Amino acid sequence: MSGFSIGGLDLVGDVEHLLSYHFMLNALRAGTIVAVLAGAIGYFMVLRRQSFAGHTLAVIGFPGAAGATWLGLSASLGYYGFCLAGALAIAALPAAGRLTAGLGGYGDESAVIGTVQAFALACGFLFVSLYKGFLSGLTGLLFGSITGVSDGQVLALLVAGAGCLLALLALGRPLLFSSIDSDVARARGVPVRLVGTAFLLVLAVAAAGASQITGSLLVFALLVTPAATASRLTARPLPGLLLSVLIAVAVTWLGEGIAFYSPYPIGFWVTTLAFSSFLLATGYRHGIDRLGRRRPATPRGERRGEVAA
Amino acid sequence: MSEQLPDAGPPAEVLELAGVTVRAGGRVIFSDVSLRVRPGEFVAVLGPNGVGKSTLLKAVLGLLPIADGRIRVLGAEPGRHNSRIGYLPQRRAFDPATRIRGVDVVRMGWDGDRWGVALPGRLGGRAGRQARDRVHEVIALVGAEGYATRPIGQLSGGEQQRLLIAQALIRRPDLLVLDEPLDSLDVTNQAAVSALVQTVCRSHGVAVLLVAHDVNPILPYLDQVIYLAHGGAVMGPPEQVITSDTLSMLYGTAVDVLRDRTGRLVVVGQPDSHAEHRS
Ligand SMILES: Nc1ncnc2c1ncn2[C@@H]1O[C@H](COP(=O)(O)OP(=O)(O)OP(=O)(O)O)[C@@H](O)[C@H]1O
Ligand SMILES: [Mg+2]
Repeated sequence: MSGFSIGGLDLVGDVEHLLSYHFMLNALRAGTIVAVLAGAIGYFMVLRRQSFAGHTLAVIGFPGAAGATWLGLSASLGYYGFCLAGALAIAALPAAGRLTAGLGGYGDESAVIGTVQAFALACGFLFVSLYKGFLSGLTGLLFGSITGVSDGQVLALLVAGAGCLLALLALGRPLLFSSIDSDVARARGVPVRLVGTAFLLVLAVAAAGASQITGSLLVFALLVTPAATASRLTARPLPGLLLSVLIAVAVTWLGEGIAFYSPYPIGFWVTTLAFSSFLLATGYRHGIDRLGRRRPATPRGERRGEVAA
Repeated sequence: MSEQLPDAGPPAEVLELAGVTVRAGGRVIFSDVSLRVRPGEFVAVLGPNGVGKSTLLKAVLGLLPIADGRIRVLGAEPGRHNSRIGYLPQRRAFDPATRIRGVDVVRMGWDGDRWGVALPGRLGGRAGRQARDRVHEVIALVGAEGYATRPIGQLSGGEQQRLLIAQALIRRPDLLVLDEPLDSLDVTNQAAVSALVQTVCRSHGVAVLLVAHDVNPILPYLDQVIYLAHGGAVMGPPEQVITSDTLSMLYGTAVDVLRDRTGRLVVVGQPDSHAEHRS
């Protein structure tokens, strides 16, 4: 615990020491890719109110991997297969593409998704108990083993991640438009349903690729927390997205650094740092909003009085 | 940014419906509706709840197939020229937690349907500057400068409505299709938004098709009204259509149109759609 708390002069030395280990270098590489991906995709996920769908896609890889391992297939196959199938299933729910979807997001699909998620998790535990020798890998499946990442895994993650980011870049404006106002977007010729499905597939690929390395739970923490934090700090789309990525990368690097010098797992540190930033941002937002409300006789205040009168 | 196509001179009719029937969920919503809107005309669509006013607008936008009849929008099939139509759907308000600024919502009307992302600030070059100027222009036009940079979820219903009208106007449309834009506004704002739509209609020559529940705020501005009923529809100048005789004939039951001292019209005895289903 000594290294990180001293700061100052020692910090440089500590970082150098940390980077001298190849496994730590790979952990940082993988963590960075996951953080950039999760920060960017998470921004849209939070905007679309699809956090629950995102959570499902993040954990659904677990039964996939457990099942694949039990059948003697590669765990990777299980992750991607289950996540992609899950994304298509969620996209096929009538609520996700209904003609008069709510303004600013979606919401009614959660009951069905929750049902599927619970069932998928139950299957995962069944597979784990069927495949007796697998049990030691259970925590790895849920919480990841980022310190055991091979060069090949980093490369695979990089390819999947680059593909996801390119797809997100291409979807760009229509994705934002249909997330905020699907009715008008559809009238303007945006293929809203297709865009929604494509987004879920991107989310699935990112979740599958990332949860193999960081574990399902950490992926979800990185998907939702930095984005929720960023949206409390700014209401501008592009700065919001970049801020979300920045926060995700920062908490990942810090978390990995701290974990190297402490006996506690990376997942705990990253999640705790992300959660702290979220609390700070929420406090900041409340403060700003309260200040704004106390300011007397704004034009808006006058209009309000008029409505009430 | 060629919102004005070179070959697209002003068509004789912005909108033309002839004998249109729409079916949904296995039943006829309305049948044999005919309607014409010329450039720069202000037309109101009226009728009781559930009669198919919103459905009519969706058919005009090509979002719903029609079972019978013919629709021409800006001289083409519905859905072909939707980028030249400003649409405001019937709606509830934005969720209070929606953290996107009003200006961003307005901007979506400009290029939100294009793939990829827009480069921010100076990187956007001339096109980016043009887009930003136009955003400011329409926000000023609807009088939303005071709150356009606040998150839209925190704005009042009337403020949101103005920003959405700005979004509908941003591409300089030839036709505005507004579904109950006066809903959820107080009397003052109803008058203000009505006057705004009138201004856009008259000074910019934009044809307006507007669904309303209460005709009174827009009555002085209207060129035509169309009254919908399940059997069909009548269209004409308001003083000819909103009369006891015409509406009684349309709904097949005694309907009274009363006028109070201030000139407001009150329609009494108009059946709601459920009563009509039973008969
Ligand atoms: N997709 C659909 N499937 C089945 N029925 C539908 C569908 N869409 C609309 N309807 C029905 O069509 C009728 C007309 O609906 P519409 O929304 O057009 O009414 P409206 O005149 O706009 O009513 P309001 O004044 O309440 O807005 C209603 O009875 C509605 O239930
Ligand atoms: Mg309606």
